[in-house]
Amino acid sequence: MAAIFRPSANLAAKLILLGTAGAFLALIAWWWGFPRTNYVRNVRWTVDQPVPFSHQHHVAGLGIDCRFCHTSVEVASNAGLPPTYTCMTCHSQIWTNAALLAPVRDSLANDKPIVWHRINNLPEYVYFNHSIHIAKGVGCSSCHGAVDRLPLMSKQASFTMGFCTSCHSNPGPNLRPQSEIFNTEWHRTADTPSPAALMKLYHIPDRNLTDCSICHR
Amino acid sequence: MRRLALCLLTFAVLSGCDDMTTQPKQKVYTPLVAPAKTPSDTVQFEQKPVAPPPVTLALLERGQERFRIYCTPCHSELGDGHGMIVQRGFPPPPSYHIDRLRAAPVEHFYDVITHGYGAMYSYANRVQPADRWAIAAYIRALQLSQHASIADVPADQRGKMQ
Ligand code: HEC
Ligand code: HEC
Ligand code: HEC
Ligand code: HEC
Ligand code: HEC
Ligand code: HEC
Repeated sequence: MAAIFRPSANLAAKLILLGTAGAFLALIAWWWGFPRTNYVRNVRWTVDQPVPFSHQHHVAGLGIDCRFCHTSVEVASNAGLPPTYTCMTCHSQIWTNAALLAPVRDSLANDKPIVWHRINNLPEYVYFNHSIHIAKGVGCSSCHGAVDRLPLMSKQASFTMGFCTSCHSNPGPNLRPQSEIFNTEWHRTADTPSPAALMKLYHIPDRNLTDCSICHR
Repeated sequence: MRRLALCLLTFAVLSGCDDMTTQPKQKVYTPLVAPAKTPSDTVQFEQKPVAPPPVTLALLERGQERFRIYCTPCHSELGDGHGMIVQRGFPPPPSYHIDRLRAAPVEHFYDVITHGYGAMYSYANRVQPADRWAIAAYIRALQLSQHASIADVPADQRGKMQ
């Protein structure tokens, strides 16, 4: 009986086996890695909002402080989105006929809040708190980027666990003086106090900030 | 050996699962939350009036910080009413340095922040009562700063200024 396979079939069989194993490994890598890519995590993707609110215009153009709108950021876990009333402190008099702002006026007239779509959203099993970061010298732009350059808000960091722990394992270089917290253009310069001095200034304890129970409680 | 490999492989695949994400927790911005109505005859959290605190340097610094956040967009750093929003078409507020406002009691500023005034909306939900006193004290200091005379400077420091 003649051989069914020619000798070169050995090579083909080996290649197919190797290929299957490779494809399987690639599948695992994809399965594990893909959910962590910036693409899936919507980094730098804008979201359709009821009103195309521009931080560039209001923060860089008009010089309004973050706390004018995100009132509770220094004292509470959530920064808070501004109620319609806050928009209307100015827009009751300015751009009163703009069609863009119709949802804002309707919202005040009908006593129905504007439903903004969330942009930064941690999974529910993660505990996060704004006030501690503000009090300890972490500025908004360390996590939210230069929002004053965003005509439409988008996520500026991946907010994976690695993002949080990369700072928690060595916060020093990311800290800034208290007066610069809300300055979205801040960068370390020659006269910024050293990381060690800032760690001391803010009394950041010499404990392990990457303990699981800090963020998963 | 094979079992171990199989085990490891299973774990490797499972590590991609992320079923923990669905652990319902009440978060602040869930769209279904209806506008909360305040029951009548109640004082909202943190809206309880407080007595005017003594004027200290710390109070003025706090007042300056709060003033720069909430008031400068219209009233400007100097309090002359030419802030950025006014330059963009908001009705100009009066300068703090007119005689009527210089004669007004500090309580007046507190009340304007709490209840608003004419075209100016209330800031009660943004500025806590203690901070309202701080801002009021800072406005008073601003007014004095624009009307200071050499007689206000302590005698031992006058030499430096003349
Ligand atoms: C005039 C009011 C106003 C000011 C001032 C303002 N914001 Fe906002 N901010 C908003 C509104 C309204 C939204 C929701 C709409 C949106 O997402 O674009 C928002 C959304 C955001 C979000 C995304 C929220 C989410 O859904 O995750 C971040 C982050 C943010 N602001 C940061 C800042 C920072 C930092 C500053 C100061 C540099 C600032 N904002 C100043 C009104 C304001
Ligand atoms: C402190 C005053 C102030 C507040 C508070 C404010 N705005 Fe504005 N906004 C302005 C001014 C002034 C302009 C027009 C700027 C100009 O003429 O260049 C403007 C313009 C706009 C525009 C149209 C122009 C553009 O390019 O974006 C939109 C939309 C808008 N605002 C939405 C909002 C919303 C939504 C809120 C509430 C979260 C808000 N604003 C709060 C002052 C304010
Ligand atoms: C350490 C990182 C970090 C810093 C610093 C930070 N944020 Fe955030 N911010 C987040 C995260 C994470 C979320 C999403 C929170 C969630 O999903 O519960 C968020 C959410 C928000 C939101 C949406 C509403 C809310 O409260 O969930 C706003 C508005 C906001 N941040 C504004 C600010 C402002 C203004 C500052 C500076 C004063 C600031 N943030 C500083 C990480 C940060
Ligand atoms: C740029 C630096 C930085 C980033 C990014 C950051 N943190 Fe922090 N975080 C700090 C510092 C500094 C402290 C203060 C530590 C202290 O003094 O106790 C802190 C404290 C905390 C605390 C309170 C710890 C305690 O028990 O006192 C929590 C919770 C926390 N961070 C969660 C997060 C989460 C979740 C993220 C990711 C979304 C994050 N942080 C990202 C710097 C950072
Ligand atoms: C500084 C805050 C922080 C600390 C400390 C921390 N985590 Fe996380 N962890 C997060 C955040 C934020 C996420 C959500 C990531 C996402 O959106 O997928 C997360 C997600 C996870 C997940 C889900 C899988 C994933 O990666 O998506 C696991 C498992 C986990 N953490 C385990 C741990 C363990 C174990 C420790 C202790 C060694 C720990 N975490 C410490 C912030 C933290
Ligand atoms: C959006 C612009 C705007 C902002 C922000 C603003 N004001 Fe005003 N304010 C006005 C206008 C306009 C008037 C004049 C109202 C009128 O006469 O109809 C006014 C008037 C006043 C007056 C004079 C009242 C009188 O007796 O004539 C005081 C005092 C005052 N504001 C204090 C404040 C303080 C304190 C803040 C910060 C918490 C503040 N304002 C923020 C626009 C603003």
